[in-house]
Amino acid sequence: MNLPVEPDSTAKLPLEFTDNHESLKILGFWSFLATDLLLFASLFAVYAVYQSRVGMAGPSPDQLFKLGPAVVETLLLLTSSFTCGLAVYQMRRNHKRGTIIWLAVTLLLGVGFVTTEVREFVSYIAMGDSWHHSAFLSAFFTLVGTHGAHVTFGILWAITLIIQLMGRGLTTVTTRKMYMFALYWHFLDIIWVFIFTVVYLNGKI
Amino acid sequence: MSFQRSKRAIRFIFMALAIGLSVSGCGNDYVLLHPAGPVAASELNLIEITAATMIVIILIVWVLFGIALVRFRDTPGNKAPYRPLWDHNKKLELGVIAVSVVAAVIIAVPTWNKTFALAHVPKGKAPIVIDVTSLDWKWLFEYPSQHIATVNYIDVPTNRPVLFELTADSPMNTFWVPQLGGMEYTMPSEVLPLWLEASKPGLYWGRSGNFSGSGFVHMTFNVHAVPASAFNAWVTNVKTTQPKMTMADYRQLLKFNWIAPRYYSAYPAATFPAETHGFTLEGGMYMEMQPTPK
Amino acid sequence: MSSLLALLFPPSTTRNMELSADVLIILSSAAIIFYLTRWHRWKYLWREWLTTVDHKKIGIMYLIGAVTMLFRGGTDALLLRAQLAVPNNHLLGPLHYDEIFTTHGTIMIFFMAMPLIFAMFNIAIPLMIGSRDVAFPRLNAISFWLFAFAAFLFNISFVIGGSPNAGWTAYPPLTELAFNPGVGQNYYLMALVVTGLGTTATGINFLVTILRMRAPGMTLMRMPMFAWTTLVTSVLILFAFPPLTVAMVLTLFDRLFGTAFFTIGRGGMPMMYVNLFWLFGHPEVYILVLPSFGIFSEVVATFSRKKLFGYSTMVYSVLAITFLSYGTWVHHFFTMGAGAAVNVFFGLSTILIAIPTGIKIFNWIFTMWNGRIKMTVAMMWALAFIPTFVVGGATGVMLGAVPGDYQFHNSYFLIAHFHNVIIGGTVFGLMSGVYYWWPKVTGRLLNERQGKWAFWLFFLGFWVTFMPQYALGFMGMTRRMYTYSHGFGWSSLNLISTIGAFVMGAGFVVMVYNFVWSQIHGEIDVTGDPWNGRTLEWSTPSPAPEYNFARIPVVTDRDAWWAMKQEQKTNVVQIKPQEITDIELPKSSGIPFLMGLSFFVFSVGMVFSWWWIAGAGFLGFVVCMLVGTFDYDDHKEVPRQEIQNTESAFGRLQG
Repeated sequence: MNLPVEPDSTAKLPLEFTDNHESLKILGFWSFLATDLLLFASLFAVYAVYQSRVGMAGPSPDQLFKLGPAVVETLLLLTSSFTCGLAVYQMRRNHKRGTIIWLAVTLLLGVGFVTTEVREFVSYIAMGDSWHHSAFLSAFFTLVGTHGAHVTFGILWAITLIIQLMGRGLTTVTTRKMYMFALYWHFLDIIWVFIFTVVYLNGKI
Repeated sequence: MSFQRSKRAIRFIFMALAIGLSVSGCGNDYVLLHPAGPVAASELNLIEITAATMIVIILIVWVLFGIALVRFRDTPGNKAPYRPLWDHNKKLELGVIAVSVVAAVIIAVPTWNKTFALAHVPKGKAPIVIDVTSLDWKWLFEYPSQHIATVNYIDVPTNRPVLFELTADSPMNTFWVPQLGGMEYTMPSEVLPLWLEASKPGLYWGRSGNFSGSGFVHMTFNVHAVPASAFNAWVTNVKTTQPKMTMADYRQLLKFNWIAPRYYSAYPAATFPAETHGFTLEGGMYMEMQPTPK
Repeated sequence: MSSLLALLFPPSTTRNMELSADVLIILSSAAIIFYLTRWHRWKYLWREWLTTVDHKKIGIMYLIGAVTMLFRGGTDALLLRAQLAVPNNHLLGPLHYDEIFTTHGTIMIFFMAMPLIFAMFNIAIPLMIGSRDVAFPRLNAISFWLFAFAAFLFNISFVIGGSPNAGWTAYPPLTELAFNPGVGQNYYLMALVVTGLGTTATGINFLVTILRMRAPGMTLMRMPMFAWTTLVTSVLILFAFPPLTVAMVLTLFDRLFGTAFFTIGRGGMPMMYVNLFWLFGHPEVYILVLPSFGIFSEVVATFSRKKLFGYSTMVYSVLAITFLSYGTWVHHFFTMGAGAAVNVFFGLSTILIAIPTGIKIFNWIFTMWNGRIKMTVAMMWALAFIPTFVVGGATGVMLGAVPGDYQFHNSYFLIAHFHNVIIGGTVFGLMSGVYYWWPKVTGRLLNERQGKWAFWLFFLGFWVTFMPQYALGFMGMTRRMYTYSHGFGWSSLNLISTIGAFVMGAGFVVMVYNFVWSQIHGEIDVTGDPWNGRTLEWSTPSPAPEYNFARIPVVTDRDAWWAMKQEQKTNVVQIKPQEITDIELPKSSGIPFLMGLSFFVFSVGMVFSWWWIAGAGFLGFVVCMLVGTFDYDDHKEVPRQEIQNTESAFGRLQG
């Protein structure tokens, strides 16, 4: 708990690691990401087995996917990961305003991602390819939808973060939350890279 | 006090076991101990090897445990050594590991051999094929070469392997005839193989080993093993005296109920997946599987 | 209106047994409400228990929940055994029997064993490693309330809507709507998802607690063995529960939203569920048994008054078990046609995992060797484990030998095996832990004479119940049969088994009596160290103050407290008044309780497909999250004067 920390070593640490409580939470969040990774791994396994099980007349991955929206989504999310990195960079330099601005940009890109994904889903459903139709479609909507739900949660999280940053500035607590958010956001980015390759590109080959 | 009491307790347990065994008569009811064919015999043989090895391990543990319990009690005047810091002994620990490894190897080798040996029908013996479909809550048997079908009863020739091709038009079940050999699942949209053989004539009971709903307990059937000539006579008899199964009859069988054995002199081919001898088959009736796109 | 009534009270909930349960529930609820109101206890309940984030109180609540669930699961077991006592029995119908074996298995694993394990974690771990709390106290309370509300949800299915009836493994397609209409199966799925979330959070919590909050000087290899097994159990939880959640959610989607994961007609694949379930299920077996291994290590060493034999071998064995436990899941379905090569691989890995387990058993015997064994009830439970568990382990190896498993699969041999390891391993260990740590949390010793009665009844009942079941397996009796006929020769062994089950039930009753009696009349533990213990929790008073340690101890050795006693340095637990500083502790919060409640409301909405109720529950969850994130006032200071008063009352002030 109140382990003595050498003052010298504290000085070099980023703000969020200087408080023991906050640093514990970061380790806890890493553990959470590990279980979340396993959740996605299970869904990927389901999808990998089910992608060829397309039911009576349902579309195959090849027939269903439009690469256009998927590429747009990829660009939006990758860029947002970069801007999220910039936000953490500004935070490290103790620039409150820069942190908030880049976080807001990240948030907007995230909103763009979710909007594009929802439109993509709606277009599939409009063609009659909802998740009722085949095991493949069920697995596709569940895997990609779970990721989308994670991103949506991240957006809400970012909003609460911006409010707290504006109200409280860069404290051990807010920087810790910002750092955890960044971990989460990059994690979702990596998951998306796998979705893009395993689901979309692989489906198109 | 407690040691006396535990000795009494152990004696009580053995008495209970002995009474249990003698009441039930360690006789023919122990179907696993009375194999009627090579598969069940081979499996029983492995069970005996593992059981014997494990009984040795159990006895070692029980004896060491008993000695420790008696010798090192915290009673006044106990002369046994007391060494509160004795917490490692390389030789002893290596010895324990060695014993465990030896036991594992004794079991692993026959496990390996028998698993592979039992996976395929022995070469040079043409099996008779029986297609098995578990339904709610009955067994449908179809003889693709003889073109007859039965419900909840089969005749098989002795001394000839029987290849069961198993599927389900119901929730999962397992097909099990203990005296002929172990069980295998029946699953919708998959066909799994299981071969058994009866080496002596007789009537052997079988049942489902996997819960599949409220009528599951009634999923029993009899396997009648008879010499080849008697088997052929039985097939001819079914062919000449029994009605044909129609698709309407099959749909009747899909109803949730249990029935007495039935016999059919023919059956519609569509009631069993067309392609067999593979694990990726998709089929059965209500599941209406489709060709894969690629 | 009438359709709503039919949904809430289908025929399966209007049998006499269910109706009498209804009456009992209503009467006891009324009695509790009357008691709370009459004696003005509502505020106390809310302030001291419902909002607490103190790990010791959470541990006690887990313990109460687990014992309650043991009562429910045990009642189920006795009903099952009563039905099977004689052939062609009509005590329970097939539908009724199916529901009861399903709830028996599910409750015993998820709502009895798991919370009892978490009770042990919460009661012992922070004290053992010299910490003032767990890493995330509020998350710890959330875990508990998720468990509590999930257990409540699962149990109301009995009287509202109908119980699940597809077995605790719930294989599709039997769980699909085509074969299983009604809401019973939804209850099962939602309850497991919710309690699984809580369990995962507990895993994270204790992983971080043990990695980061140990007392200074307590290196990993100086940790008590129970801390080690808790650590690896936490890791196992993190990796095992996601596949379960996925399996449950996919089934739920099939049932509620018409997806096609396990329906056959549209390309679904029941085998997928089986794989996901056992990918969770096998590590779960070790999640259940490893904490008990830790408890045995503590109890056997304490009551043999000797160091644990082969500490580092034990650690490496535990790590090996952790690693190997992910490579054995297919042995739950050798008979599903995976092919000989796959089966051999998983068969051999199963035999392999027995080696580290066997080594541990020998090490406990060698811990007794050259010691001085004291027969307390805690020690008796631990000792009973060794000869019992070795039988269960041995039959496990027999099941791992693939061709043998073809005969044993789903037979009563299997039933006997897993009850042998789960009762003989997990339950004996947890009981040992309860008797061992009871004085630490309650301040009173459990009566030993009553405890011995409970132990002997339960222990002998166990052997009488389950040994005949091995034999029944050899006679071809398969699991989940609601009745059987005369011809198979199964009757007498089944009767013996039933008698044994009722003896175990009597043991349980005596045990509960023991708990209640001792709480009122039991000897008060004034020393804080009634067993002459070896680890740090015994250096605190019983019960430990809210802040656990006025001064965090510095550890120089394994068995830290024993070493301090040997070196006559026990005064390290005493503190000089001038050294006392304020102690920062987490503040109580109503959020965990309300979050559990929100999940409960959400789940009820999902179970009955009442989307507006589910929406309300979800909204509650979001509000709890928002309030939580903006709540910076989550700590309080215990002033030094208060600490000084407490410590002086314990007589632990120097000078």
